[in-house]
Amino acid sequence: MTTVGATTTPLGDVTNARRLVDLVFRAREFGIVVVLAILVFATASIESRFLDLSNVQFILVDTTIFALLALGQTMVVLTRNVDLSIGSVLGLSAFLSADLFGHHQGIPIALVFLAGLGIGAGCGLANGFLTVVGRVPSLVVTLAMLYIIRGIDVLVVGGGQVVASSLPNSFIEIPKKTVVGIPVLAIVVAGVVALGAYYLRSFRSGRELYAIGSNPDAARLAGIPSGRRVFTAFLVSGAIAGIAGVLYAAKYGTIDSTAGSGYELQVIAAVVVGGVAIFGGSGSVVGAALGALLLNTILSALYVLGVSPFWNQAIAGALLLGAIALDRGISLWLAAALRKRRTHLGA
Amino acid sequence: MTEQQQPVLSLEHASKAFGAIHALEDVSIHLYPGEVHGLVGENGAGKSTLVKILGGVHLPDAGALRIDRREVVLKGPAASRDAGVAIIYQEPIMFPDLTVAENIFIGRQPLRAGRRIDARGMNALAAGMFERLGVPIDPERIARGLSIAEQQIVEIAKALSLDAKVIVMDEPTAALSAVEVELLFAVVETLRSSGVAVLFISHRLEEVFSLCRRVTVLRDGRLVLSRDLAGLTGDDLVRAMVGRDLPERVPQDQNIGDTVLRVERLTREGVFVDVSFEVRSGEIVALAGLVGAGRSEVACAIFGIDRYEAGSVTVNGKPLRRGSPTSAMGTGIGLVPEDRRQQGLVMEMSIGRNITLASLSRLRRMGFIRAAAEQRFARDWAARLQVKFGRLGNPMTSLSGGNQQKVVLAKWLARRPALLIVDEPTRGIDIATKAEVHRLLEELAGEGVAVLVISSELPEVLRLADRILVMREGRLVAEFGHADASEETIVAAATGQVEQAAA
Repeated sequence: MTTVGATTTPLGDVTNARRLVDLVFRAREFGIVVVLAILVFATASIESRFLDLSNVQFILVDTTIFALLALGQTMVVLTRNVDLSIGSVLGLSAFLSADLFGHHQGIPIALVFLAGLGIGAGCGLANGFLTVVGRVPSLVVTLAMLYIIRGIDVLVVGGGQVVASSLPNSFIEIPKKTVVGIPVLAIVVAGVVALGAYYLRSFRSGRELYAIGSNPDAARLAGIPSGRRVFTAFLVSGAIAGIAGVLYAAKYGTIDSTAGSGYELQVIAAVVVGGVAIFGGSGSVVGAALGALLLNTILSALYVLGVSPFWNQAIAGALLLGAIALDRGISLWLAAALRKRRTHLGA
Repeated sequence: MTEQQQPVLSLEHASKAFGAIHALEDVSIHLYPGEVHGLVGENGAGKSTLVKILGGVHLPDAGALRIDRREVVLKGPAASRDAGVAIIYQEPIMFPDLTVAENIFIGRQPLRAGRRIDARGMNALAAGMFERLGVPIDPERIARGLSIAEQQIVEIAKALSLDAKVIVMDEPTAALSAVEVELLFAVVETLRSSGVAVLFISHRLEEVFSLCRRVTVLRDGRLVLSRDLAGLTGDDLVRAMVGRDLPERVPQDQNIGDTVLRVERLTREGVFVDVSFEVRSGEIVALAGLVGAGRSEVACAIFGIDRYEAGSVTVNGKPLRRGSPTSAMGTGIGLVPEDRRQQGLVMEMSIGRNITLASLSRLRRMGFIRAAAEQRFARDWAARLQVKFGRLGNPMTSLSGGNQQKVVLAKWLARRPALLIVDEPTRGIDIATKAEVHRLLEELAGEGVAVLVISSELPEVLRLADRILVMREGRLVAEFGHADASEETIVAAATGQVEQAAA
């Protein structure tokens, strides 16, 4: 009827719409990398100490714990839920697993990791059960679990603490091992995150986590076992927090009853900065891990630049707001762009 | 010929009651392969119940369902799907964050080695299906931003991928533009010729006539007729649905007064350009055109919901501030929006509170709302508009679509507006209530209110409007007086075929 291009149909400009959407989503992870690069460059140009091998290693090892937690949290957030208990789970697991060394001389390290995983999985089980079977919003369930587990932690630890001297050297050395200057732990965690990303993208059960978060009612109608999937997500998140607790013990050596408190919010911040939609359905674990790296790098940069640590939280908060504003801006722009394409349809 | 064929689906003597209400009583319907079967009836006639029985949502209390001559009991949506029945809802339920192909195949994606998803194979399958349907939708784009028509096509593709033998389309065209309806019809034709049995539900009788071979009419849960369409007229169907003749259109009032609304050269980049018109007191002006032509957007700009870059809006001679619904309401404008559930009503709130929502300042004393006065006020307006409700305290969700619309109207009429803008006043409303809404609007105009109606339904436009303005691609392209307008001239203007039509 009119002179429209070959790709324009009554249903809109098909290929362009997709390119646009693709671009926006790839842009998110790419954007973090760019911000990260600018941050590293700017900080290093003011204070070259920032790029010292030891500092880079420190940032990477510090990030591993958050990146792991972000992986578990992403799986939960994708399903339109949230796990606020991970900080407490980490604390409990860190103390109990370190305590094992004190009570059982010569216990294999692998067994301690297994114990941490078991403790975390147990907590995740409780979260999943109450959320799925009890139909209580996960925000409430995991907030309650945050306090309950922290309470148990305080009871168990009492006023005491585990000190590094009671831990075997081979355990404390774990975070310090490097291959050509790169911490082994960082490489392992990068591999785990990559596996997580592959699972979420290429397996039915992984895609179903996205589906559940994108539209819970539609998921149920499509015959997706929503309950089982959400339950699994909590189980994985808890188990990961348990393992992260063991790593925490290895890294810091000294553990008291406040270990890991507040981590849950830092991890959620990392996940959101990394582009995972807080109401589920979209985002990637790679983005979440990059978000964790960015947050840690910023904290380190502030430290190296001699900014008072009192600013840390304010800056993390500002970054979070910035990320959410960016998301909102992008989605508005995207919606407008997709709409505009449609209004120009030929009649 | 199909006369000798066996029906692929037969529902026989089905009944379903909810408490004391008989939603369906002794209804039988037979669907044949390669045939489109129309199902019409007013809201509340039992169409939805019938659809839900076929979809496995409800089990019938009595009666039998046969698919391929085998008796089946559909316990749940999955059973219905496995039996080869697919339901396409008016507004499909989708996963906005997943790709189109994933929306089709979720939970049963093709796999390759190691139980991994074969994404390439999945996309190719989806692309093949869209090709078969003759609609180019990119399987790899995310579903967010798909138009309703596109979403329906995706659902149809999903039905095809499940080898559905029966596709039930529940008022698919209610939210589609004319172009999209044509496209959907082409898809339905493809389905029909490939041997699928289609049950097509619509409020628009002309669609039933152009698409269907047989028709079933329900009224109050009972079967009124089920036969070949050949030999039936629209009036026959209306009479069967309503059980009586509808009143003929009311003669136009000639008490048109001074200009109430004056819109001059209104422009919003990329949406509408240079729109100028007037609405006078006592006049009903209709804005016609295709969906997406910019009609609702003009209304939103006048009311101050959307901004505009250039132009002006004057109400009773006073210029209106841009982007301020509060000041628009202050000058006496009311807006009944297109999407009553999302924009017109607070669905969780009670019926009474929804009615008084725009009039709270009048019900206040020293900052407190007087509950008794609010109750009286709501009851009064609910009665004037003949809203059928249980209790004023019931939530909006307890009302039918038509009665919900009356509540939105009541909310605005209670403010005694000088100008009422009504966007798609009767979408998804049954014929009898539709006539009531039309009568209401005519009465309003008779009382001197200026009314601006936006409607995609031409019979409605032709019936109501004193003047008809036609928009196309963001511009006002034609104006007709009541006497010179016809469906043909409006469609020609709306689709840009004025030249041909005039020649």
